[in-house]
Parts: sequence; C-alpha cells; structure tokens
Amino acid sequence: MSIAFTEIQETMRMVQMESLDIRTVTMGISLRDCADSDFDKMNKRVYEKITSYAGNLKTVVEQVVKEYGVPIINKRIAVSPVAEILGNATAEQAVEIAKTLDKAALDLGVDFIGGYSALVHKGISKGDQVLLDALPDALSKTSRVCSSISVATTKTGINMDAVKQMGNIIKKTAIKTKDSNGIGCAKLVVFCNPVEDNPFMAGAFHGSGEGEAVVSVGVSGPGVVLNALKRFPDADLGQVADIIKKTAFKITRAGELLGRVVAERLHVPFGIMDLSLAPTNALNDSVAEILEEIGLERVGTHGTIAALALMNDAVKKGGAMASSYVGGLSGAFIPVSEDNGMIRGIEDKSLTLSKLEAMTCVCSVGLDMIALTGDVSPETLAAIIADEAAIGMINKKTTAVRVIPVVGKQEGDTVEFGGLLGRAPVMGVNPFGSDKFINRGGRIPAPLQALIN
Amino acid sequence: MQKRAVVSVVGKDQIGIISKVTNVLADNHMNILDISQTILQDFFTMMMLVDVTELNDLEELQQQFEALENELSLKISIQLEDIFQAMHRV
Repeated sequence: MSIAFTEIQETMRMVQMESLDIRTVTMGISLRDCADSDFDKMNKRVYEKITSYAGNLKTVVEQVVKEYGVPIINKRIAVSPVAEILGNATAEQAVEIAKTLDKAALDLGVDFIGGYSALVHKGISKGDQVLLDALPDALSKTSRVCSSISVATTKTGINMDAVKQMGNIIKKTAIKTKDSNGIGCAKLVVFCNPVEDNPFMAGAFHGSGEGEAVVSVGVSGPGVVLNALKRFPDADLGQVADIIKKTAFKITRAGELLGRVVAERLHVPFGIMDLSLAPTNALNDSVAEILEEIGLERVGTHGTIAALALMNDAVKKGGAMASSYVGGLSGAFIPVSEDNGMIRGIEDKSLTLSKLEAMTCVCSVGLDMIALTGDVSPETLAAIIADEAAIGMINKKTTAVRVIPVVGKQEGDTVEFGGLLGRAPVMGVNPFGSDKFINRGGRIPAPLQALIN
Repeated sequence: MQKRAVVSVVGKDQIGIISKVTNVLADNHMNILDISQTILQDFFTMMMLVDVTELNDLEELQQQFEALENELSLKISIQLEDIFQAMHRV
C-alpha cells in the first residue's frame, strides 16, 4: 500500500480522538462595485452579490467534508470593508446594510460574516464615521455580522481619536446587548496592523489588495499538538519545538488540500492558509493546555511567555513549509472564553490581564474574548486598546482587542456566551484612570520602525 | 486519472467482517487495490485501498456502510486517498 497502515491510523486518530479539524473556510468577496448614491439600489446589490458568489459555499464544503473525512467546522464570508461604500449613507442606512449582511449570512447558512469594518488608523473619512456611529446598533440588531476597526499600524502610528471612539462604542454596545451578556462586543475587534486575508472571525475582512473573490482557510488543531506532546513527556525543548513543527506541517497539509478543493469547486482562486492554532472548548482542544504540557503548572505562571513563544514559532515553521501561500494571522490564538485551560488559569488566579497582555507580544493576536466588569469606563477601554496597539505598532505585528464589558457583573463572576464563543470569568481592570491621556486626543506618531525605506 | 479512496474498518473482532465489508464494495462494482488487516488489542483493524473512479457520490456508499456499522458495531469510514498523501508524503 502506498500509504502505510500506521499513517492512515495516525490521520484517523487525529480526526476522531484529537479534534483535528479545519476551523474555517472563508470566502472573501469585494463589495466595492456595489457602491451607489441610491441607498436602496446599493443595499439590494450587496445582498445579491454575496448570495450569488457564496451561493454554493455551504453545499460544496459539506460535500468535501464527506469525501475527505476531515471536518470543516465553519463556513464564513468576509466582505471588503463596508465603510468604503457608506460615504453617502446615514447611520440608519449603515445599520440597514448590517441587517442585509446578517440576512445574507442566514440565508446562506454561514455562521459569521465579517467585514463590517473601517480602516481609520490615520484618519476617519465620512463613510468610516457613518460606520462607527452605526456600530453599537448594528452589532446589537444583528447576530452574525462581525466588525473590525483598524486604529493603528506601524506605518501610521496610533489614531488616538479613533481609539477614544472605540472605547465609547464598546461600552455602548455592551449596554445595548446587556441582556445577552454583552455579546455584541464579542463580534467587534479593534486592530493594530490588521491583515487583509485573515479567515478567522471576528476580524476577517476582504482587504483592498484582494481580488473579486477568494477562498482562504484557517486550520486549527491544538488537540493534535497536545496529544503529540503527551507521547514525549521527557523531550527537551528543542525536541518539543520539533514535535510541534511536524504536527503543524501535517495539519497544514490537510488544510491546504481541502482549501484548494473547495476553491476549485467554487471556481474562485485559493487565497491563503492561516496557520493559527485556534482553541475550542472541546476537551483537550486548548492552547493553554499545550503550554501546561510543555511544563507549566498552570498557564499564566512564570515561563508562560517563553513557552508560548516557542510554540508559536514552531507552528509557523512547520506550517510555512507545508503551504504554498501562508497568510492571515498565522500563530497561536489565546482567546480566553474559548479555551478551557485559559479559563482555569484565571479561575485559579494564575493568569491575569497583565500577563495576557504580555503574552500578546509573542503570539498572533491580542486580548481576545476577555470579559470585564460592567463598570469599566470608556476611557479605560480606550486605554486598553491603546496599550495593545502600541505593542503591535512597535513590534510590527498584528494585535487586537476583543473585550466584553458585562453589565452587572463583578470580578470573579462567570458569564456564558454560548456556542463557539464559550464562557469566561469576569476580570477586573486597574482601578486608576487614564482619562486625561485618552482625552488629549490626536495621533501617536509612527515609530522609528516605520522608517525603513 | 484513477481516483482512490481508503476504507477503514475498526471494531471488535468477529467472524465475517471482511466478507461483509467487501460484499458491499463488490455490490457497488468497486475494485479493491490493496488490503491490510491486523488485530490490535482485540480490535479488528482493516484498511483497504479501493478504486472509486467510477463513483460520483461517496455518500451512497457511506450510507450502505452505516447499516453494516450498526449491525456489527464497527466504525467504517471512507475517505479519498489524497488526504493521506497530503499529510504523509511530501
């Protein structure tokens, strides 16, 4: 047999026992040609374009899953930043567009549609401001629409006026969705250095450098890495990196094959493979547990950053060799509510907000799916965003903030978001204010790192 | 080009597994290209490489296997060979 018995068994074990799956197949669609000064026409075009391009997405993905026996968990859509077509619209109309996106997602059977976005890292255009004004309503009146806002890049610095607005928007969204534990905020990401081809939600959007439509794939597989490490309890750290690398290679190869098959059947170009390790609440499908397997008694303790850096780098090295086009965020995600190990770390008082911040320096994104006390002020939220943006800006990497202030909850409470979004222990913030800093406004200039020409 | 799939059968060892599984394949006019079987800790494990070039829809075959899975308490899966090639061969 050209494929060895043990190799077949290994693949099957990964799928059946170790939660190997393709986390998402995301179709990117440009909405630029839908722009029209007549709002109703534009609204109709948006719906028609999305539903015609992605009409077969669900069917094709399900067919591929059956044929190859590797689950694809989510089918998603990322559109080009909606703010680009809102220049002539009102905030009410912008909310209508969000509802249209929501309906398209529902009709197509996709769980999230991303791209209700604006890129305001240097300045805020008319369309951007319309979208920002509409955000709290748009996020509370829809269930599948995801938004991402870029407030900083290494090249431009940090737009602190936008950061301040985002603090208010997160707070308002939390209040508007207080009956569902602030779920609106779980669909909103604030970025520094966003990537244009990220297939993962809530931060996916179809960037301005992309073509008409594209299919990108995000793999997952913390469970597979964890189990691989468990088989070598005495390996030294060089060997640990090697084991992770080899595992990431195999996972990525599977993802790339499936992505290419889906793209071919949808007659759309294949974009990129995103090599991120994305945890879920499934048993043993946790990034934190990998760090603990490497040797930490509890995630968050001393050594966490070093172990995370090792893991993140090994995933990239293995994945980069396995795919022809690597992109997206490609690293490890550390969402709190979606990772049982992270939740335990916080409950056991090992993992703190400061440590999570520090961890974002060496992994792929940022403060992700963290529940905060309901009384956190908009200025403090803005300051949290500014800190993360500064880490991203200086280190030339993507960072993001997706925090959820939960109205009426105190530090130590637990909130349920349901489904893939999981549950999270509520964390407190520093009691001292940052109001003056935030209210100064203006832009933090681009750092020296930007001057590379 | 020939399209091939891997059929894997795992379950408690009992009389007639191979015959019943291969009968389903024969009924569907499918040729077995390679076969390999072992007993691992009382568990019967079999892998077969089959020619599915003529088969348009793997789903129908999967449904037929489902009936057999229930009857013999086995786990039978059929997957296109490419996935194994991708993961284990450079």
